[in-house]
Amino acid sequence: MDTALLIEKFSLVIIVFLISLGIAAYSTYFERKLAAWIQDRIGPDRAGPFGLLQPIADGVKMFMKEDFIPKNSDKWLFIIGPGISMFTALITSTIIPWGPPIEIFGRQISLQIADFNIGVLFIFGVVSIGVYGIMIGGWASNNKYSLFGAIRASSQMISYELAMGISLITIILLTGSLSLTDIVKSQHGMNWNIFYQPVCFLIFFICSLAETNRAPFDLAECESELVGGYHTEYSSMKLGLFLFAEYVSMFISSALMAILFFGGYNFPGMDYFDGNTLAILGVLAFFTKTFLFIFVFMWIRWTIPRFRFDQLMHLGWKTLIPAAIINMLITAIVIAFNKGWF
Amino acid sequence: MILELISIILGGMTIGSALMVILSKHPIRSVLYLVITFFFISGHFILMNAQFIAVVNIIVYAGAIMVLFLFVLMLLNLNKVDERKTNHPISFTAVIAGGALLLVILAALKDGITFTNTIVKSDVGLVENLGTLLFSKYVVPFEVSSILFISAMVGAVLLAKREKQHID
Repeated sequence: MDTALLIEKFSLVIIVFLISLGIAAYSTYFERKLAAWIQDRIGPDRAGPFGLLQPIADGVKMFMKEDFIPKNSDKWLFIIGPGISMFTALITSTIIPWGPPIEIFGRQISLQIADFNIGVLFIFGVVSIGVYGIMIGGWASNNKYSLFGAIRASSQMISYELAMGISLITIILLTGSLSLTDIVKSQHGMNWNIFYQPVCFLIFFICSLAETNRAPFDLAECESELVGGYHTEYSSMKLGLFLFAEYVSMFISSALMAILFFGGYNFPGMDYFDGNTLAILGVLAFFTKTFLFIFVFMWIRWTIPRFRFDQLMHLGWKTLIPAAIINMLITAIVIAFNKGWF
Repeated sequence: MILELISIILGGMTIGSALMVILSKHPIRSVLYLVITFFFISGHFILMNAQFIAVVNIIVYAGAIMVLFLFVLMLLNLNKVDERKTNHPISFTAVIAGGALLLVILAALKDGITFTNTIVKSDVGLVENLGTLLFSKYVVPFEVSSILFISAMVGAVLLAKREKQHID
């Protein structure tokens, strides 16, 4: 094993980890500021200039609270629930290509931690196990509201996973590769997938909202019916991890949407630059797109009311899945026609 | 060398977690151990360079089927209190039946098992090779099994519908 490669990958892992956590922390601040702006309030402004230290204050508060474990809960599962939630939220960041390769000390460093040739399937695998944290946490709490939240979360995930998977297949068909690097490279310049697959993007976006448990799909923690849903019994940093995992997964799914549909680090006029300038501009373009999606996520949360549970199921099974299948079939036929199979 | 060590450790952990599935008293813990077993099995697939099969194993078994298992078990709300006591004749017959099944499986697989520690590197498990095989050499069994799945699904839906009408 090459030592330089080991150091390079290790530092990349640390950087990506810290950036994910940092962005997630500041997403909470921006979410509150945005909510305040939409509702014509001021929002957090006490801690630091413009309330910028609010996430740190929140974190300290979370750590200082009493850590309570209910007496009749399944103790081990109660503890690992939030951990699994956080793990599945963070692990997808390993395959995201954050930018074009950068050159440091004469070495080409790829800004992607691991380039599997099955990248898209890896995303799908992580999404499919993402529900375990909520399920285990909700069940182990030994509380009926938590159990309701857990069951809602799992049935919602199963319903939306299918439509998401089929819309991913459409993108795979378009690119002809399962690797995220190839998917990004095929969208060079302004040749983004969104212009070919707007319906697919819409389906993927709705499913992402459902998979991250964000409003209007936050039925798992629906506070008007279920107290706090799956995290009713949680306190202290265990609750903090659950809430934080939601923001991390929001960041990661925004990044994924930027990669799959909006060209990742590609931007119009990128051929005029090369080397490290291109790499830095690419990373900037990528993060701009990601932040735009985070903004849209928040905007939707403070605009659209929550679905009823049967509406959620109807939307998933009777609208999104048929639409995704029809879209996939049309794409397949068009691609086959272009290759001269008819 | 390192790979062999990893495969031995992984094998031990797989067998350990598989044993925990049947040894743990609580059904939900059993299911969770089964999920862990699937992850270890995927680890074996990755060691054999079959990344596609590894990920599909996680998506289908750990991600879909086991979530449904867990879902049903949570709804059943099984407690230690209402665990049924098994009587001895039934457990005795179960042991004999299970032993007979083990014998049959061992007899069927005895030529396939080789007691070497070398990891077979092959490219069969990669997406492209597997896809080509599935749609050329094995296309008939592949399609037949998918028809089987569809008929099972239609059957399940039909049964569920009929029961509902009966209640009404």
